[in-house]
Amino acid sequence: MKSGSKLERILEAGHFAFTGELGPPRGANIEAIRKKAEPLKGVVDSVNITDNQTAVVRMSSWAASLLALQEGLEPNYQMVCRDRNRLAMQADILGAYAMGIRNMLCLSGDHQQFGDHPQCKGVFDIDSMQLIQTVSTMREEGKFLNGQEIDDPPRMFIGAAANPFAEPFEWRVYRLAKKINAGADFIQTQCIYNMEKMREWVKRARDMGLTEKVYILAGITPMKSLGMARYMKSKVPGMDVPDEIINRLKGVEKKKQGKEGIALACEQIQEFKEMEGISGIHLMAIEWEHRVPEIAEQAGMLPRPEV
Amino acid sequence: MIVAKRKPFDEIKSLIQGYKKILVVGCGTCVAVCLTGGEKEVGVLAAELKLSQKSESEPADFDEATVQRQCDREFLDELDDIVPEYDALLSMACGAGIQFLAERFPDTPVFPAVDTTFIGVNQDVGWYEERCKACGSCVLGMTAGICPVTMCAKSLFNGPCGGTNNGSCEIHKDQPCAWQMIYERLARQGRLDKIIAICPANDWRNQKPQTLIQPGYEERYGSAK
Repeated sequence: MKSGSKLERILEAGHFAFTGELGPPRGANIEAIRKKAEPLKGVVDSVNITDNQTAVVRMSSWAASLLALQEGLEPNYQMVCRDRNRLAMQADILGAYAMGIRNMLCLSGDHQQFGDHPQCKGVFDIDSMQLIQTVSTMREEGKFLNGQEIDDPPRMFIGAAANPFAEPFEWRVYRLAKKINAGADFIQTQCIYNMEKMREWVKRARDMGLTEKVYILAGITPMKSLGMARYMKSKVPGMDVPDEIINRLKGVEKKKQGKEGIALACEQIQEFKEMEGISGIHLMAIEWEHRVPEIAEQAGMLPRPEV
Repeated sequence: MIVAKRKPFDEIKSLIQGYKKILVVGCGTCVAVCLTGGEKEVGVLAAELKLSQKSESEPADFDEATVQRQCDREFLDELDDIVPEYDALLSMACGAGIQFLAERFPDTPVFPAVDTTFIGVNQDVGWYEERCKACGSCVLGMTAGICPVTMCAKSLFNGPCGGTNNGSCEIHKDQPCAWQMIYERLARQGRLDKIIAICPANDWRNQKPQTLIQPGYEERYGSAK
């Protein structure tokens, strides 16, 4: 075991993993976290705690991760490169590990221009690849980025993101390979809607032997409405929403679109369960945490295995 | 070259508020080439400032002087005799030139009339684009001559990120994705192997004031440094 986290144990045992997401509040509101955490208990194996998501100030991801931990959830602590330099990052990793956090997701982060403080200085001292390598070196060699020894090194289960749909498509599997070489243990992908392209990406990863080296969790975000689908298609960079998804939502009356979005997500999950090289699902039910149990139930993800 | 942009007129006016005899000092090098702070622009600014004084009860006086390079001591010599006649200097040079002017005349307040913006290239007359952040550790050999520190909004060394959007950066559709360009040019040159390996964390050598002494001059300046 690298970290001994529940997520790692589930994946190591060959179970099909199921992770969720919880966005910290824009304030010190503990109740808001508890409310979002409640429906996820016993439903997901681990929950991603986002780090100033979309470059908007929120409660720090390590603090919200600890609150999730207190609630009985296993956090997957997200860390972006936008807001802190290598000193702060390594310090936070030590602190998070000391307080019982065992999973991390290493990201570059959305550009600050999209957030609520667009004038701020983006740090980007290191990039996501270098962050993965840093967390891995801390665990595997017991050393900081500068090569100095760590007194009791943090042993994190290391996650990374992949976007199978961003250009250049041919390069995406090579970048995945770079993340694996950097030390990623598991991958959570961007929200998938274009299944054809996803199949091709997974095939290429398989052909390169990458799926033997890393656990890939397919990213699923159920569409809540036609409006959301249109927004994701036109406004969110790196998102690939085929017309068939739009048309399918268009085909049902407005108040049934959410139900249709969930049905669509469940169909995707069914396919991923059968897909060679996919080890689980990462469900990003954005501001829809309370619907996660019904999605999990409908997708046949319950009960979760005990490991 | 170093590219600068003239400050908004009202800001310039408020900076020199209260001074009565002001010398507008231009620079004949980078800022002249980018049409911001050369002799011609000094003339325009001085004329605008004079015009704006018309309604004042005690209008300020403005004179003009443009030296070849404000960042070079030898060209500042010519100002020595005239600066004492003024109670403030308004410099149109880059940040380096403004500071060198202020260092030369420590008894006279010096104000910036421009914002120094970037090290860039001349795309066409009046059109300049940034190309270098002077990070101090150049990786252009690995990245097909395209700077990821400058041209990628997240300064990624192992891009492209997931926000690349049909060849554009996620921050704006008119901003090309640097890593898409790096990928394409390396592919064209058959050198994609250059970005297969993980590029390690950068050594940010621009985090403190820097000095360069060329080989052969160490002895001459060694003690001064």
